[in-house]
Amino acid sequence: MFYREAGDFKTSYVADSQTFPLKLDKVGFWVTMMVAWGVIPFIITDYWASALLVPFLIYAIAAIGLNILTGYCGQVSLGTGGFMAVGAYACYKLMTSFPDVNILIHIILSGGITAAVGTAFGLPSLRIKGFYLAVATLAAQFFLVWLFNKVSWFYNYSASGQINAPERLVAGFAVTGPASPAWAQYLVCLFFVTLCAVIARNLTRGSVGRSWMAIRDMDIAAEIIGVNPLRAKLSAFAVSSFFVGIAGALFFAVYLGAVEVGEAFGIQKSFLVLFMIIIGGLGSIFGSFAGAAFLVLLPVALKIVGVDWLGWPTDLVAHFQLVIVGALIMFFLIKEPHGLAHIWGLAKEKLRRWPFPY
Amino acid sequence: MKRKLIAAAVAGTLAAGPALADLVIPDLSYRTGPYAAGGTPFSDGYQDYFNLLNARDGGIGGEPIRIIECETGYNTEKGVECYESTKGEGALIYQPLSTGITYQLIPKATVDQIPLHTMGYGRTSAANGEVFNWVFNYPANYWDAASVMVNYLLEQNGGSLEDKSIALLYHNSAYGKEPIRTLEQLSKLHGFEFKQLAVDHPGQEQKSQWLQIRRERPDYVLMWGWGVMNQVAVQEAANINFPMENFIGNWWAGAEHDVTPAGDAANGYKSLNMNRVSDLPVFNEIKTLVHDAGNAAGDGSNLGSVLYTRGMYAAMLASEAIANAQKISGVSNITAAQMRDGMATLEITNARMDELGMSAIGPEFSVSCQDHGGNGLGIVQQWNAIDKTWVALTDYIAPDDSVTTPLIKEDSAAFAAENNITPGCL
Repeated sequence: MFYREAGDFKTSYVADSQTFPLKLDKVGFWVTMMVAWGVIPFIITDYWASALLVPFLIYAIAAIGLNILTGYCGQVSLGTGGFMAVGAYACYKLMTSFPDVNILIHIILSGGITAAVGTAFGLPSLRIKGFYLAVATLAAQFFLVWLFNKVSWFYNYSASGQINAPERLVAGFAVTGPASPAWAQYLVCLFFVTLCAVIARNLTRGSVGRSWMAIRDMDIAAEIIGVNPLRAKLSAFAVSSFFVGIAGALFFAVYLGAVEVGEAFGIQKSFLVLFMIIIGGLGSIFGSFAGAAFLVLLPVALKIVGVDWLGWPTDLVAHFQLVIVGALIMFFLIKEPHGLAHIWGLAKEKLRRWPFPY
Repeated sequence: MKRKLIAAAVAGTLAAGPALADLVIPDLSYRTGPYAAGGTPFSDGYQDYFNLLNARDGGIGGEPIRIIECETGYNTEKGVECYESTKGEGALIYQPLSTGITYQLIPKATVDQIPLHTMGYGRTSAANGEVFNWVFNYPANYWDAASVMVNYLLEQNGGSLEDKSIALLYHNSAYGKEPIRTLEQLSKLHGFEFKQLAVDHPGQEQKSQWLQIRRERPDYVLMWGWGVMNQVAVQEAANINFPMENFIGNWWAGAEHDVTPAGDAANGYKSLNMNRVSDLPVFNEIKTLVHDAGNAAGDGSNLGSVLYTRGMYAAMLASEAIANAQKISGVSNITAAQMRDGMATLEITNARMDELGMSAIGPEFSVSCQDHGGNGLGIVQQWNAIDKTWVALTDYIAPDDSVTTPLIKEDSAAFAAENNITPGCL
């Protein structure tokens, strides 16, 4: 009944290759965009911004980035935390060295710097695959964290080794620093999420994305049909790191405002983003959002249910959180190895056939 | 799934909404993770004391106290979430017990105008009250601790540390890096050789650091450790037969749970303390009025331990500041701004501590608008593994203010310049 292609005729190539070919999807997308851009900024509170929406949007960018590398190109990476740190420290150095330049430009430049670093660490992927590559990226993770701890130039020689985001304005409104209003933080993150998602979606539909997927599915076959593995793998590393770098810059500048590399960008961050794309769905932009939402919102929801409603001790709830999140990850991996995105796809399929399933 | 969760979250925030007219004290605690061993007793002591005031006096000045506990796991992201979820409830004071979260909260709390009390941790230069109007770190801070340690070693070595070498084993974070600048300064002043050994979070892996200590044999090892790092360090020191009496931890590396895992080998390990540990009369009151009434914050087993005592001490300083604020403002249901005034004019005397059943738990000190740091006194205590007690070796030792004061000035001036703050009293 819903999601029917019947009657939805395409008469041109442009119409045929649009992102959302079905009308219902298109409407759904524009409604979501309208709510996100037109409604939420007016009703958002500090708590909603800093506890839920801003981290969700930032992790969504990081998940899209990792999904491009792991989900689309098949290169397992455990260096996400390290690359986020590159984005954060690049943003900090740029912010403090060029205070007059707009912060949005700094964030994009941090993405660019991270892309360069990511490409350099992607070089081994031309020789090693699978688990061995995962170990190489793990080395990148530890090296980068060590570097930002060791070389005090990166944190401007501050005594504590912390980096603090000074206040920066966009169009007269503070978006970083403690005085920035919740809606401004949210809008900046939303802007980058929208930008990244649109870029990622279109990249993965085009020839670049197809070459990534060819490499993922069988690299030797891809090479035989003319996909250049050097270009495909390195471009995946570059684009992925670009997104992850933007996520790191936003994470530091907009969300937390002060970070310490070992704590904020440690190995657990790499695993967190990896879990997001596994739960959300490998090789799916929607899955990146679903996975980020799942892992950001679930702990908060569990805390609210356990502590605020049921009045359980906080430590018990914190331990239960680990148990429940862990159990859910196992449940999804067993019941739905393709992630939330696949469940979403199945639901759409069911809706299409409703009320006459066969 | 996402929509359902959002709905649940909406309902949750609505349900938690109604703020009652009472004194709200958020407790950002951590009872889970690698730092839980330290976080749990501190939080127990902190909450038990407020519960005692509720049970015995009906709160402070007739106003009941409401504690909101929020688990941070020593993690800054969760700490921010806790801060945001509690600040709207009319929070009077925050005590995050984490230097990382403190750095996170200093700018936020300043904008929201809620006082932050970081007792013996956090950002040392917050002692300059003219720059950090909303942050207090009395009665002592890290740079005081570093200076007290060196003063103690000076006394041990007949006033000179020439040709001695001192190694600092520190948690590789903002917390552990805090004393480095002071120790560098002191090493220039007193001519000892200063070495740094970083231990990464969470601190279970210290083999290479202790191998280095074994090879280089420094005369003294100072430690800025927390959580599981402390136990591992004491065990590793025992493994290489490092003389325990030359191994001195700061006041966050000197609790029972840090030394008991190493058993008898930990005998003689020294640490600083900012409060005295003794059998205080107030513990009996807590036992009968709080624990026996079934209101204990934890399982009740930590009563009287080092960090329990410190958590209770922190609660006492907060409640005295509330009482002071009530006296100044003339209202019993004070606001966060009035709380700040109460903290900025706080005075703790021996007579008052006797009255509270905590004789000589801490030094006498007073806070002013300019000086949020107290007098920075610390004692040196030593672990007796046979009796399983900490024995105080010294009376309160004063830090060398001529070294720390210029450093505080310099660091707070840098912060003021970075954030466009014109120093001054509120």
